[in-house]
Amino acid sequence: MNLRRLALILVPYLWLMGFFLVPFLIVVKIALSDTAIAIPPYWPVLDLSAGWTGIKEFFSELDLENFIFLTEDSLYWKSYLSSLQIATISTFLTLLVGYPIAYAMAQAPDEWRPTLMMLVILPFWTSFLIRVYSWVGIIANEGLLNQFLLWTGLISEPLQIMNTPTAVYIGIVYTYLPFMILPIYATLEKMDGSLIEAAVDLGCSRGKAFWLVTLPLSRPGMIAGCFLVFIPALGEFVIPSLLGGSQTLMIGKVLWEEFFSNRDWPVAAAVAVVLLLLLVIPIVLFQRNQQKQEEAGR
Amino acid sequence: MAEANPQKVFAPWEDPNQAPLIRFEGVTKKFGTFTAVDDLNLDIYRGEFFALLGPSGCGKTTLMRMLAGFEDPTMGKIWLDDVDVAPIPPNRRPVNMMFQSYALFPHLTVWDNIAFGLKRSDMPKDKIGDRVQEMLRLTRLEQFAKRKPHQISGGQRQRVALARSLAKAPKLLLLDEPLGALDKKLRQETQFELMDIQEKTGTTFVIVTHDQEEAMTVATRVAVMDHGKLVQVATPAGIYETPNSVYVADFIGEVNIIEGAAAPTGDGKVDIAFAEGAEPIHATIGEPVTAGQKVFFAIRPEKIHVGREPDPTRANRIRGKVHDIAYLGNISTYRVELETGQMISAQMTNARRLSRRDFTWEDEVWLSWTDTAGVVLTR
Ligand SMILES: Nc1ncnc2c1ncn2[C@@H]1O[C@H](COP(=O)(O)OP(=O)(O)O)[C@@H](O)[C@H]1O
Ligand SMILES: [Mg+2]
Repeated sequence: MNLRRLALILVPYLWLMGFFLVPFLIVVKIALSDTAIAIPPYWPVLDLSAGWTGIKEFFSELDLENFIFLTEDSLYWKSYLSSLQIATISTFLTLLVGYPIAYAMAQAPDEWRPTLMMLVILPFWTSFLIRVYSWVGIIANEGLLNQFLLWTGLISEPLQIMNTPTAVYIGIVYTYLPFMILPIYATLEKMDGSLIEAAVDLGCSRGKAFWLVTLPLSRPGMIAGCFLVFIPALGEFVIPSLLGGSQTLMIGKVLWEEFFSNRDWPVAAAVAVVLLLLLVIPIVLFQRNQQKQEEAGR
Repeated sequence: MAEANPQKVFAPWEDPNQAPLIRFEGVTKKFGTFTAVDDLNLDIYRGEFFALLGPSGCGKTTLMRMLAGFEDPTMGKIWLDDVDVAPIPPNRRPVNMMFQSYALFPHLTVWDNIAFGLKRSDMPKDKIGDRVQEMLRLTRLEQFAKRKPHQISGGQRQRVALARSLAKAPKLLLLDEPLGALDKKLRQETQFELMDIQEKTGTTFVIVTHDQEEAMTVATRVAVMDHGKLVQVATPAGIYETPNSVYVADFIGEVNIIEGAAAPTGDGKVDIAFAEGAEPIHATIGEPVTAGQKVFFAIRPEKIHVGREPDPTRANRIRGKVHDIAYLGNISTYRVELETGQMISAQMTNARRLSRRDFTWEDEVWLSWTDTAGVVLTR
């Protein structure tokens, strides 16, 4: 009866089906297959021309071998753990850097805000790859930072930042900072300024008022920002491979190596499936947070 | 109000031995080149329910914010209990404010909102619980203590804001349009509640409002403001009966203003010639006027008697024609056109049923009033 509404609802679902669910099922299928020296490099391949028996045979060939393999080689779970650690620490660092920036933006005079917002978004105008790569020029042993520090005499030997976890943290914090700033800024900006005055009126110092009122009220923004940083950081591949060197273990890098260096598609697919399952937890929590925030805002 | 007991009328402003709780001394506040409050002098006494009345943008909120400490005067001094408040930061002033938006903390329960200020003081923990309970009882909010602000109605939120600002027992409570967000009926109820609470706690209240009826209902004294200046400070009756300017007379209630030339007749009386060939208005003067001076005669509609015949007991009798009748149930307002063209409003109580009303449109009537019914204003 209401075709228009039905179509409106169907469109996003079809989109999800076509561009998320179907590819995901293909990845799951590859994860359940065996490696083969063939094109594509796995077995079995679904052969519909063989009819019903072909399909039955196809399914009987699928197994959990690759997932079991992931638990046997310590490289994988170590990479997962290391990724979790790097993502957690860099999310926290991004929060530490992003909050004061968002706060300053929200305090700035009205007429400055669009400009400040612009400055936050500006880096997106260049390629992410180029921006990360340019950090090499800054933090490398003969890079700008070390040259500067050597020149001031603060250090006598260049600092080894390149190819260490520190470089990865710098890269992640730098890259994902806008995703932290924007949601926090959004909550701070719509906060009623008279709340702080009320707190001060009731006996708080400015600092205490910030701690008791501003901070708790900006929590939804902080949570949203943390998820927006944590989720992509967990699977990050470009930053650890460009800045982290061989020392940094991250699951995104392992995935890439399995896929392109080892050409072991089934294991790579299994790694991806586990990563996705790991990400489902924070994504569900994130959705919950967003929903709660909407309800609180009536 | 304390009018029930005529022996002990509350009027500290008339007692020269009383020290004011608040004293504004030549206070000016400028925002850039704009003067929001202009060289203002004002005393407010302990136990008063003081109303600041004026149109939007006249500087009422600014005046309050200077008391609370959120704005510093550009010039002049504010004294609170004989202490210059200028160096005292807002969190250390014995003043609390109820904000126009209520400014309730949305992440805290009603209980925690009320306890917020107490927790910042050096009150022991168990005393805080008692005090919050007392405030909840005073504002009849006991069963809402565990709710968050978004889970209660507008009227209840207003009471939480009041309870929160009263909890620390401030010397002075500032209320910035506290009832602005409520509908008319709730507003009237709450006005009486406010008066009740003010009397119970003995706190000095300064209330901002742009609603003259509200100011008249709750206040011991009313200050009428215009463009950052005080035009008149007086009791509600004083403001209503003896306004000192056309601005005040016009701002408070309905009034007829007739412009004319004064001709003093001695013994405090004056004749006001308002139109060619018309009998001048006989009135009593409050301030001296000179012969020929331009004056405004202000008279409230209910002070004018409407009748078929002129009333010989009243000094002023003018003939006119009924132009309009507004029937308001208990009273009717007649708009009467004088022979000289002026339009005068007069009010009569409807003692009789409508069908037996004396006059109708286009009827010839006589308006009569005594020589003390109106006031003569020079500005
Ligand atoms: N922080 C400020 N900066 C500039 N102008 C202000 C500021 N606060 C108030 N004003 C101006 O001062 C005038 C008085 O404001 P306010 O005291 O809020 O009026 P009211 O409460 O009587 O409506 C208004 O014209 C307002 O625009
Ligand atoms: Mg105001």
